[in-house]
Amino acid sequence: MAIQSEERINGARKSKLIQGSTGAWEVVIGLEVHCQVLSKAKLFSGASTEFGADPNSQVSFVDAAMPGMLPVINKFCVEQAVRTGLGLKAEINLTSVFDRKNYFYADLPAGYQISQFKNPIVGEGEVLVDLPGGEVARVGIERLHLEQDAGKSIHDQSPDSSFVDLNRAGIALMEIVSRPDMRSSEEAAAYLKKLRAIVRYLGTCDGNMEEGSMRADVNVSVRKPGDPLNTRCEIKNMNSMRFIVQAIEYEARRQIDVLESGGRIKQETLLFDTKLGETRPMRSKEEAHDYRYFPDPDLLPLSFEQAWVDEIAASLPELPDAKKDRFTAMGLSTYDALVLVAEKETADYFEVMLAEGVDAKAAANWLNNEYFGRLNKAGLALSEGPVSAHANSEIVKMVGENIISSKGAKDVLDILWAEGGAPRSIVESRGLKQVTDTSAIEKAVDAVIAANPDKVEAAKAKPTLAGWFVGQVMKATGGKANPATVNALVKARLGIAEEG
Amino acid sequence: MSVDKETVRRIARLARLKLEEERVEPMMEELNGILAWVEQLKEVDVEGIPPMTSVVEQRLKMRDDVVTETDHADALMVNAPGGEDHFFVVPKVVE
Amino acid sequence: MSDLTDFTLAEARDAVAGKKISAKELTQGFVTAMEGARALNIFVTETPDIALKMAEASDARIAAGTARPLEGLPLGIKDLYCTKGVRTTAGSKILENYVPQYESTVSQNLWDNGAVMLGKLNLDEFAMGSSNETSAYGPCISPWRAKDSKTALVPGGSSGGSSAAVAARLCLGATATDTGGSIRTPAAVTGTVGIKPTYGRCSRWGIVAFASSLDQAGPIAKTVRDTAILLKAMASIDDKDSTSVDLPVPDYEAGIEGGVKGLRIGIPKEYRVEGTDPEIAAVWEKGAEWLKAQGAEIVEVSLPHTKYALPTYYIVAPAECSSNLARYDGVRFGHRAADPKDLIDLYERSRAEGFGAEVRRRILIGTYVLSAGYYDAYYLRAQKLRTLIKRDFEEAYKKCDMLLTPATPSPAFAIGEKIADPVTMYLYDVFTVTVNLAGLPALVVPAGLNTAGLPLGLQLIGKAFDEATLFRAGRALEIAADLKAKPQNWWSQ
Ligand SMILES: [Mg+2]
Ligand SMILES: [Zn+2]
Repeated sequence: MAIQSEERINGARKSKLIQGSTGAWEVVIGLEVHCQVLSKAKLFSGASTEFGADPNSQVSFVDAAMPGMLPVINKFCVEQAVRTGLGLKAEINLTSVFDRKNYFYADLPAGYQISQFKNPIVGEGEVLVDLPGGEVARVGIERLHLEQDAGKSIHDQSPDSSFVDLNRAGIALMEIVSRPDMRSSEEAAAYLKKLRAIVRYLGTCDGNMEEGSMRADVNVSVRKPGDPLNTRCEIKNMNSMRFIVQAIEYEARRQIDVLESGGRIKQETLLFDTKLGETRPMRSKEEAHDYRYFPDPDLLPLSFEQAWVDEIAASLPELPDAKKDRFTAMGLSTYDALVLVAEKETADYFEVMLAEGVDAKAAANWLNNEYFGRLNKAGLALSEGPVSAHANSEIVKMVGENIISSKGAKDVLDILWAEGGAPRSIVESRGLKQVTDTSAIEKAVDAVIAANPDKVEAAKAKPTLAGWFVGQVMKATGGKANPATVNALVKARLGIAEEG
Repeated sequence: MSVDKETVRRIARLARLKLEEERVEPMMEELNGILAWVEQLKEVDVEGIPPMTSVVEQRLKMRDDVVTETDHADALMVNAPGGEDHFFVVPKVVE
Repeated sequence: MSDLTDFTLAEARDAVAGKKISAKELTQGFVTAMEGARALNIFVTETPDIALKMAEASDARIAAGTARPLEGLPLGIKDLYCTKGVRTTAGSKILENYVPQYESTVSQNLWDNGAVMLGKLNLDEFAMGSSNETSAYGPCISPWRAKDSKTALVPGGSSGGSSAAVAARLCLGATATDTGGSIRTPAAVTGTVGIKPTYGRCSRWGIVAFASSLDQAGPIAKTVRDTAILLKAMASIDDKDSTSVDLPVPDYEAGIEGGVKGLRIGIPKEYRVEGTDPEIAAVWEKGAEWLKAQGAEIVEVSLPHTKYALPTYYIVAPAECSSNLARYDGVRFGHRAADPKDLIDLYERSRAEGFGAEVRRRILIGTYVLSAGYYDAYYLRAQKLRTLIKRDFEEAYKKCDMLLTPATPSPAFAIGEKIADPVTMYLYDVFTVTVNLAGLPALVVPAGLNTAGLPLGLQLIGKAFDEATLFRAGRALEIAADLKAKPQNWWSQ
């Protein structure tokens, strides 16, 4: 599987090489993404996972590692890990083992993190990543395992103390480890975006990077194309796509500079300083770690039946790739389909419109060309937009039913955007209905022709000038005439043959 | 296998146990006494023997996803040697 | 009434339930005994006020006709069990001022059964020891003395406070825990009865962990019947402990007089260990004869990996302990070193100051055997040995229903005698650790006194979750031994 993906990326990679003084370099990227499981309670305790609570108010005695406290696993979290594994087309391990990863840190109360080391719950899988230009990259998934989150230390409240809040401690995380299959910061960002879409479609993680529900450790190395993998550095805890791209680019350049000036890359853990736009070694990780992993004796091996996995598989929603294929089968362009499936909200919005019986292609065009553009301009997310999927469906339908022209459709959208209301009654009350009465349009066409004899002659010689007449008629009818009817009548009157 | 002084220092550091320099050598001797004694396990052929993962033959029990804990912030601070405003306080850590 | 504290738990239960004495009277008797026995250093924390309050509540229940199985019966609690609002030290300086805000499942079960708490009992620090000498609160002293001797003897460990308290008649029974013999060794050297139940029978929730895959709670009491009564109350299915087993708890007391007729008792030949006290070897033989005389069949069996049990244990237990004790870091509870210069300094000094020598030694051994490059050679190999040791028992149980063995290689030794050499001390658990490695239940019953007048115990090892049969056989030994001796009170002030 890994070899296959190497080949795939080899083909796409050539254009993304970074030029150094000794020639071109290739950047090799692998991601370890921590996704917070959308559960009510923590992985091994009954404390709440809600975001933003008062310090240490969501901490059980288990989470605080008080003497004698013991972990009991949350079944829902296990189910979500299986669900995510299935979404990554990965192998599900019916028996897995929780290990202790031992190290001392202020926000790690037990002195160990319960994680999965040798036997994770999910094995190899893959994610297909859509790259600009329609190319699809395949990123191998090495594993997904369940583990506990650590607490949070606040370092900037006092000159000589750090304050520890354990509200996060013990929250369930799925760590999804990719193969080093990405070859540019854009690919890494596209992979993360796709992974985020998948977990959000699955409902296993909210993908909220600002709140830290999704965080990535980025492994970066560089090499001359065709060379074996070089020493890598790990940039820890990135929770913004933009910074990930910046960090990778900075780090790749830094490594190239080191290598080209005869230096060696030291394997280290880095932090990305967002203010300076630079990576720097993490002080707290300077010491070489020896985690002394061993199976947690407080827990038995985790095992479940294939039948349960099958049950979960049967309840899986349609995922972005399948949705994209279904949309393109409805006549959408790959580009339009990708835009619509990229975010779960967008896809859901479009699905509502489809369920209301709109023409798929017309609806996709309408959203992509009109509605999303306006949202963008206004800086609004789809969920904040003022026009419902139902209202947009009505607009698209009215165009299809020849009730309004495309100009009329934009007018309806303007009114909905500014004032709200129901599209069909807006069309009625504002007189936006398109004129389909041929005799009325004929009258208008005749009037324009009669008023412009010189232009008639010119148009007969150069048929493209017919457009000017169409424009005049549309203007005269206040944009309500059906443009196709106007076009046909103008051409008939001018004696220009209809083409096509 | 036996440990040298450097190993004793390294283990003590890993275990976060302050070991005064004059204690390193005696500790090394104590540890080597124990390690020499456990060395006899090498006699046993364990080829193909699975390591024990649990002495009880039971499937791991799982709980439902229900919040059962209330706010224990006060109770957590009862024993805290450096508690302040419901935070645990430690000397400043530089990341 | 001569002395209330001479009651067995069963006798006291019947007297209180039959309103012959009140729970308060009974409790007061034990409070007085406890306060008069401070020379033995048995209690780390005495809780007479709590005891008397609980006793009053018990009397109210008895009056109201809502008495529970252990109503008004005073017990001691090993100071490894977290007790809500009552300091719990685990015998360590690092928890000197630790007051849990929760109650362990096992102690809660006892209170729910009506029992009364007298206080918290001394133990080896974090249960690491076989003589109670590693306690940060000083060694606990056995009420037993050899004939014509004033030498202070150990009460066994780690549950030395539990065994000494029962032997000195300072409580009707006590909770204890057993990781490598910590219930059975103290019971054997103090002439008391102790059972280490099958792993998973009693909840570990709220008991300070030493080695999670080996730790198991159990009682120490004066008689087999008392032990059976207490285990019934302590054991439960606990959703808070992932290793607690989903099996209903039988009424152990009900079948106790069933006898041993038809039982096959195995004698493992590998337990004839060189260096075993000849008087112990003799009492072992006598025990087999007693059981045979009562209708049991004696068969010789083999547990070939027995000699590897101790070294296996001294890899597995320290490894788990090194991880379990990482939480004592001076951050959220427990001892914190003064004026730490940074977080690492805080960790290193708090832990070095808070832990005693044996605990530090085991943490270092455990850290080493788990560290990179050594895991396979030590920890993984030890876990494979555990599989072999467990298989030995499975093989043996094809030929017998339970095993009879000595409990300790010698009677109680003097305080200070073995503490200097860790390995010598470790060897004292030679007969007990195998059982923890295999997760099996084992009962220790007093079988006689040696020529110096010190108690000797025998161990019965059962099949998993077959504690009921162990109690039955233990009762048969108890009847045959017919031991009336108890330590003479030399300690009262
Ligand atoms: Mg990682
Ligand atoms: Zn992780």
